[in-house]
Amino acid sequence: MTDIGLWGVPLAILGGAIRVSTPFLFVSLGECLTERSGRINLGLEGTLVFGAMTGYAVAYQSGSPWLGVLAAALAGAVFGLFHGWICKFRGVNDIAIGIAMMLLGMGLAFYFGKPFIQPVAPDLPAIPLGWWSDIPQVQAALQVNALFIVGGLLALALHWMFRATRIGLTIRVVGDSTDAARAIGLNPDTVRLLATAAGGALAGIGGAYLSLYYPGSWNEGISSGQGLMAVALVIFARWNPINCFWAALLFGGAGALGPALQSVGVSSGYYLFFAAPYVLTLALLILTSSPDKALHGAPGELSITK
Amino acid sequence: MNDTATASLGIPRPALAKWLPRAEAVAIPLAALICGLVVFSLFLLTQGKSPIEFYALIYKAGFSTAFSWQNTLSRVAPLLFAGLCVALPARLGLVVIGGEGAIALGGLAAAVLGASMAGASPLIGLPIMFAGAALVGGAWIGAVGWLRIRRGVNETIASLLMAYIAIALMNHLVEGPFRDPASLNKPSTAPLTDALRVGDMPIGVEVHWGFAFGVLACVISWLLMDRTTLGFAARIAGDNIRAAQVQGLPVGKLVIGFTALGGAFAGLAGFFEVTAIHGAANASLVAGYGYTGILVAFLARHNPLAIIPVATLLAGFEASSGLIQRRMDLPDATILVMEGIVFVVILLSETLYGRLPVFNPRFWETRA
Repeated sequence: MTDIGLWGVPLAILGGAIRVSTPFLFVSLGECLTERSGRINLGLEGTLVFGAMTGYAVAYQSGSPWLGVLAAALAGAVFGLFHGWICKFRGVNDIAIGIAMMLLGMGLAFYFGKPFIQPVAPDLPAIPLGWWSDIPQVQAALQVNALFIVGGLLALALHWMFRATRIGLTIRVVGDSTDAARAIGLNPDTVRLLATAAGGALAGIGGAYLSLYYPGSWNEGISSGQGLMAVALVIFARWNPINCFWAALLFGGAGALGPALQSVGVSSGYYLFFAAPYVLTLALLILTSSPDKALHGAPGELSITK
Repeated sequence: MNDTATASLGIPRPALAKWLPRAEAVAIPLAALICGLVVFSLFLLTQGKSPIEFYALIYKAGFSTAFSWQNTLSRVAPLLFAGLCVALPARLGLVVIGGEGAIALGGLAAAVLGASMAGASPLIGLPIMFAGAALVGGAWIGAVGWLRIRRGVNETIASLLMAYIAIALMNHLVEGPFRDPASLNKPSTAPLTDALRVGDMPIGVEVHWGFAFGVLACVISWLLMDRTTLGFAARIAGDNIRAAQVQGLPVGKLVIGFTALGGAFAGLAGFFEVTAIHGAANASLVAGYGYTGILVAFLARHNPLAIIPVATLLAGFEASSGLIQRRMDLPDATILVMEGIVFVVILLSETLYGRLPVFNPRFWETRA
């Protein structure tokens, strides 16, 4: 390896940010879509873990990582549909259901995932965007997975959808006022059901990335709250898909801080660096929340900001 | 119909008005629990396993003999405390799910205080450790309430993030500043002296004092919630925060106070885990009690008294986990699947309150 001294740290953080941020990106885009329709899905953590297991298992059985991604998306959509269907009932608390679905998703993933802890499934391919450089660290940092690029494009697409399409407008109306949506002949329950299902599918893809690329194996500790941090990230991103992209990168960078410092020999305080993304999330949440006025950009029907 | 009307069974109307809501509050969760277990049985059948054998094993390992009761009751204490950490804030309308962090830090506080008082008499040492654990846990979850009131930060997400931070902090301190150099394989704080350990209750079975204190905490919480003006004010704030503010109730102080009390109880779960079970603080403190506590509280519908039987039931489930794994060749996550299914069904049953005619006094009158 070429010795590039302390430059290795920012470079490792950049590379790490791209690697670590992809699940954040997919989960937060999914949650953004769901929350824009006026519903919150805290269960995406469970969907993420179940997606990771399904993706890994299907990729192992079929030999194709992309089939695994597809299966994870389908599994996520099923979780989303179930969540959306339950929340339709009067008096059912969507936040509490999210916690229950988180437990259920993790339980089912651990239950069915037991036989897949040992086998090795094929990884998703990476695109070497660092070909122009001779420095191995640069090349390593710019090994970008295709799903990261897909996620970036998806953020742009969702942004355009919310701004300029009929579907986007429908979701926004339902999210801002159930009554207004009913008045113009929309069925809020159906719109929310579909938005929750789509959000679940995206979270499932985020999970498949975890098990099929980075860290790239299936085990019971595969997710450490990324699904929940992504929910906080959406609030920080003010329900804007483009902001979700930048926020996901920021969170990924915080998550990569510990390993990056370890790579240059700083090993004390490992656990504290490990906690950096949580501290960052909490700090941003505190800074961007406000006690007396509704959050700018928040969907009017969202229970978490009411 | 007038106020002196009696129902068909000769029950006076006020008695109906008093007892029907109570019957509803018991019957619906019980029915939902049974429904959840039936759904889980179907899941087991799809896996080619016998639900009857499964429940028989739970009964055998958790509730059949004095030994199995001992196995169950020794696991109840942390679930009682963790359940209270969810139930108390919930009465104010707050969903706090980060009890795990307060358990870890409370246990660490007890262990560190105990290690620094190695020669102390238990009469001085244990109360200081007890108070330290409660204080640290209370401050940790109380901060969640404070952030909610002062900054409008969502308490569910904040408490969970803080749980991750607390666990990282505990791991850092246990592996760094507070590590006992003699603990090689599993980094721990210095072991407590025997004088500073909490022993078993003198009731013939090996169940430590945490159980009695946990039950006491539930009873005190119930008295506080249902029998004091403070609890009444908290419930009003939980029903409608604006109305409570208009009434001039100190909503902010109530929220901070009740979240801090819940956190203090979670800290005590850590205290008993350290002083009665592990003898030092280490990674074993993070055993998931905080998360099972969420299920306990929701199953008990946030009623502190109902937490006692619910926690006992769930402790019995967890006590039988090992036997079920061995006898039925099921993964350890099976209990988690069951808990998840029961949790979803219980929440789904919330939609039935006030809708079943059986629990409406008129149902009994019109038949007269």
